[in-house]
Amino acid sequence: MTLSGTQAAPAARRDEISLRVVPTRHPLRWAASALALLLFAMAANSLFTNPAWEWEVVGEYLFAPSVLRSVVLTLELTALGIVLGFALGTVLALMRLSPNRLLSSVAWGYVWLFRSVPLILQLLFWYNLALLYPRLSFGVPFGPAFFDVGTMDLIGPLTAAALGLALHQAAYAAEIVRGGLLSVDPGQREAAAALGIPRVRRLFRIILPQAMRTIVPNAGNEIIGLVKGTSVVYIMALPELFYQVQVIYMRNGRVMALLLVAAVWYLALTTALSAAQFYVERHYGRGRS
Amino acid sequence: MTAMVELRDVHKSFGPLHVLRGVSLSVRQGEVAVILGPSGSGKSTLLRTINHLEKVESGTVEIEGELLGYRRSGDRLHELHEREILRQRTKIGFVFQNFNLFPHLTVRQNVAEAPLSAQRRPRAEVDALVTRLLDRVGLAEKAGAYPRTLSGGQQQRVAIARALALEPKVLLFDEPTSALDPELVGEVLEVMKDLARSGTTMLVVTHEIGFAREVADTVVFMDAGLILEQGPPSQVLDGPRHERTRAFIGKVL
Repeated sequence: MTLSGTQAAPAARRDEISLRVVPTRHPLRWAASALALLLFAMAANSLFTNPAWEWEVVGEYLFAPSVLRSVVLTLELTALGIVLGFALGTVLALMRLSPNRLLSSVAWGYVWLFRSVPLILQLLFWYNLALLYPRLSFGVPFGPAFFDVGTMDLIGPLTAAALGLALHQAAYAAEIVRGGLLSVDPGQREAAAALGIPRVRRLFRIILPQAMRTIVPNAGNEIIGLVKGTSVVYIMALPELFYQVQVIYMRNGRVMALLLVAAVWYLALTTALSAAQFYVERHYGRGRS
Repeated sequence: MTAMVELRDVHKSFGPLHVLRGVSLSVRQGEVAVILGPSGSGKSTLLRTINHLEKVESGTVEIEGELLGYRRSGDRLHELHEREILRQRTKIGFVFQNFNLFPHLTVRQNVAEAPLSAQRRPRAEVDALVTRLLDRVGLAEKAGAYPRTLSGGQQQRVAIARALALEPKVLLFDEPTSALDPELVGEVLEVMKDLARSGTTMLVVTHEIGFAREVADTVVFMDAGLILEQGPPSQVLDGPRHERTRAFIGKVL
């Protein structure tokens, strides 16, 4: 085609005819697209025609009060895990970047430990903390205690789950925040220091907003991971979404339908979070178009 | 009369590299000193010690007779707390080679940031100041723009306005036109000449010999961490005494 084009060019110039561009054809791409469409149609068809999916059961349980309560608990655990995790993670990241060797080693040690031990094991560990320390007392270190409480009273299943998720999340958050802080051009820190801007202000006004551009996509991954990750707390018999649908299908035997209920909810939650991430990214991307 | 900037026998090393090997320099109020020298001669490091971005290892830096970064008691120098160093820095404006504007803040916010947060001046006063400064560097209409949308020359002019916003005693310029396209150099030099004429004390590290000839009261030539010679432009640029100076000026001109 190119060949005929170049040959036609002088003729066209003579006759004052404008040349038409003919795009390259992609027959293989068309075949692959047709195949993909066919497979999608087959899947969609079976989803609606195979009665074993039991869509009416799905509809019946999707907004059942017990399922809604479990969705709320899933959201609560996610929120606690992310907020506490990123708060602690930010502190750890700042410690890690501190010129003080002890602080940075402690932060490194924390990340090493909490990233290395499986989450499910950590959760059971916090859940059973009372075996290790039956009572917790608060007071002067190595000195007198002001008051003490039974560990079981202080750390119930919900606290243990939130604590476990947050402490585990903090290790990952620390690395994400640290990466974000390192991604900011050192000239920014220097310019802020040269202008005499106080340290805390420098961090929150100059450095962190720029670090957020790197932090947000990774944090988005973590939040979405945690929405689904909260399902591991089912081992502590906490009625979050995954545990709740198990309880229901063990009672009524509608296994696939109830797993589908959970899947639909997880899908809805992560979709909402992805949309939120889009707007947060746009906010921190200002001035960078 | 005390000098505005006074450096006495300043030494600085980066690891085994002895970058400043005993530099003494005195700059009067209203004086424009242009520092020339081959790359690696320690010019930028010298400038950075003046606002304590680099700590000196021995020797002293004084601004208007006030010791920078340290407090003297007897024969000891106590390192100052960061808050004190930040207060001292507000007396010194610094203009970077790469502008280092804050990309997520508008031009107005860039200029207003330091007077608001470092000097805690009232918002209304700062707003008026920013408007005046942007007008002075010819960018009044760009107040709401983000730095990335400006040309290099415009960005550097904003950076100069930002440094001026502290109403500093001294302005330090670290190769302010080296990162610019050739056709944008002129507009930045114009702003700097205007500042020089209005009596601002300036220390300028640059390769712009024309600027030095036209504006400088003193030209300082540095080589290998030492000041080799200094004097009025006519003397250093036209009749350099040192072979090294002569060779350097021959190359840049």
